[in-house]
Amino acid sequence: MSVLVYIENTEGLLKKSAFEVASYASQIANLQQTQAVAISIGDVADTELQKLENYGISKVLTVTNDNLKSFINQAYASIIAAGAQKEGADIVVLSNSFSGKGLAPRIATKLEAGLVSGAISIPTFNADSTEVKRTAFSSKAIATVTITSPIKVITLSPNAFEVEEHKVSAQIENFVPEIATTDFNTIVKEIVRATDKISLPEAEIVVSAGRGLKGPENWGMIEELADVLGAATACSKPVSDAGWRPHAEHVGQTGIVVSPNLYIAIGISGAIQHLAGVSSSKTIVVINKDPEAPFFKVADYGIVGDAFVVVPQLIAALKTYKGNS
Amino acid sequence: MKILVCISNVPDTTSKITFTNNNSEFNNTGIQYIINPYDEIALSKAVDLVNGGADGTVTVINVGDVSTEPTIRKALAIGADQAIRVNATPKDAWFVANQIAEYAKSNDFDLILTGRESIDYNGAQVPAMLGELLSIPSVSIAKKLTIEGNEATIEREIEGGKEVLTANLPVVVGTAEGVAEPKIPNMRGIMGARSKPLEIVEPIAVAALTSFSHYETPAIRSNVKLIEESNVNELVNLLHTEAKVI
Repeated sequence: MSVLVYIENTEGLLKKSAFEVASYASQIANLQQTQAVAISIGDVADTELQKLENYGISKVLTVTNDNLKSFINQAYASIIAAGAQKEGADIVVLSNSFSGKGLAPRIATKLEAGLVSGAISIPTFNADSTEVKRTAFSSKAIATVTITSPIKVITLSPNAFEVEEHKVSAQIENFVPEIATTDFNTIVKEIVRATDKISLPEAEIVVSAGRGLKGPENWGMIEELADVLGAATACSKPVSDAGWRPHAEHVGQTGIVVSPNLYIAIGISGAIQHLAGVSSSKTIVVINKDPEAPFFKVADYGIVGDAFVVVPQLIAALKTYKGNS
Repeated sequence: MKILVCISNVPDTTSKITFTNNNSEFNNTGIQYIINPYDEIALSKAVDLVNGGADGTVTVINVGDVSTEPTIRKALAIGADQAIRVNATPKDAWFVANQIAEYAKSNDFDLILTGRESIDYNGAQVPAMLGELLSIPSVSIAKKLTIEGNEATIEREIEGGKEVLTANLPVVVGTAEGVAEPKIPNMRGIMGARSKPLEIVEPIAVAALTSFSHYETPAIRSNVKLIEESNVNELVNLLHTEAKVI
């Protein structure tokens, strides 16, 4: 028995979510009195992998192969499933990231394992079942999922779990599983990274704006506010539908669901579909000139006022604050 | 080209979500059901790809009891040629994916489309499970899809960017916003949908591996603290000292 956790990297550097899943997996392993083993695919330096020992990982399987430099869903899934079998893992943990969502169902199918996507809690282990909490109905509810299969696959929702340091010592082991040629059926042609921008699903602070901004030409102050806070920018559905902002920024029930520490909503009324995408944010600030806007009912802090007046003042106040701290 | 589109019957996006039977079941009293919005994108893309029937056929499949038939008819009205309903209450993604895979195995589809996730249980599991069960590639969250000959070019989202990849057909694609504009059925479509074939097939025996045992609604936030428009410094102060988020 052990817990296997898949560690994602971006061009050789471990992602922020990698430490979240490592910490999550090692806490599960502690509960189960077993060890947490990490698996990494692609070229990641040993010194980088060694960082995982600060989060309770006692062993790292590293899989490097020229064919695995880019993300190949089927091959990666086969490798992680092979790693689980090699380590006798009965729990496999991944991040509920874009890649994790593609991998976990394939791994679960290979292992005939029950899969819980987007977990927000450490599992509870009963005699013949395991329970895990996750959001459902696009964050309008929290569901307890019971898994009855012997092997379980869990993907952890980004930002849902507090990373805890737990220092152990980790050995790094090269792992060379057999991979079928039929697992290389997709070819990555191009990767485009918006390097200057913070990834929305992983962001700790999100600055979001809606139709109250009146037009795409007014987003300069939103970007400036995001910049001051080190935040990602987001928008409501009407804004992306109108083409003012890209679809990738649309937060809500049919867009991206976020759970940052701080969500600042500017000129967004707070339709139920939008609230579904933000309700697991830790702190919500609403700036809206309409005191009846439904968003105020779910906010922690609110300012009833004109965004075009409040936002520039807020930027100035934050700059002063950052300058003093 | 033969396309299979998997559709899910979900509560309307404006639904108030409540639970019944000691918070163990979704309360569907008064709930309007719709095609899952992401599946509607998948279906709209499929209808575009076959060019109104000139370049192939679109089959929709749903795993559900008889109550899902209005949603299936709507899919036919949007432009699917025929529909399959697997006559079973969906238990979990594993159960649903196995039912769909069973049908797909004997019908040689070139392309299988699903939505990126359903807006009720949000598992996003079926597309990749289907790919694995059928031993074909799967892309779970596609933002763009083009087909040229036997090759699909797919743009998928990654954290902080995008990735473009190609795969030979057949392939499973989970569609997100951007793949197609959702189509609204016209009167001709609605009339025609009544006479299109809707075949009912019985499920295969598959044991679910997970179940939703209990629900709670998220904690209601304490009353909003209102700050004067002229006093943004107070907001910055509260975010630092009280909320501790900056």
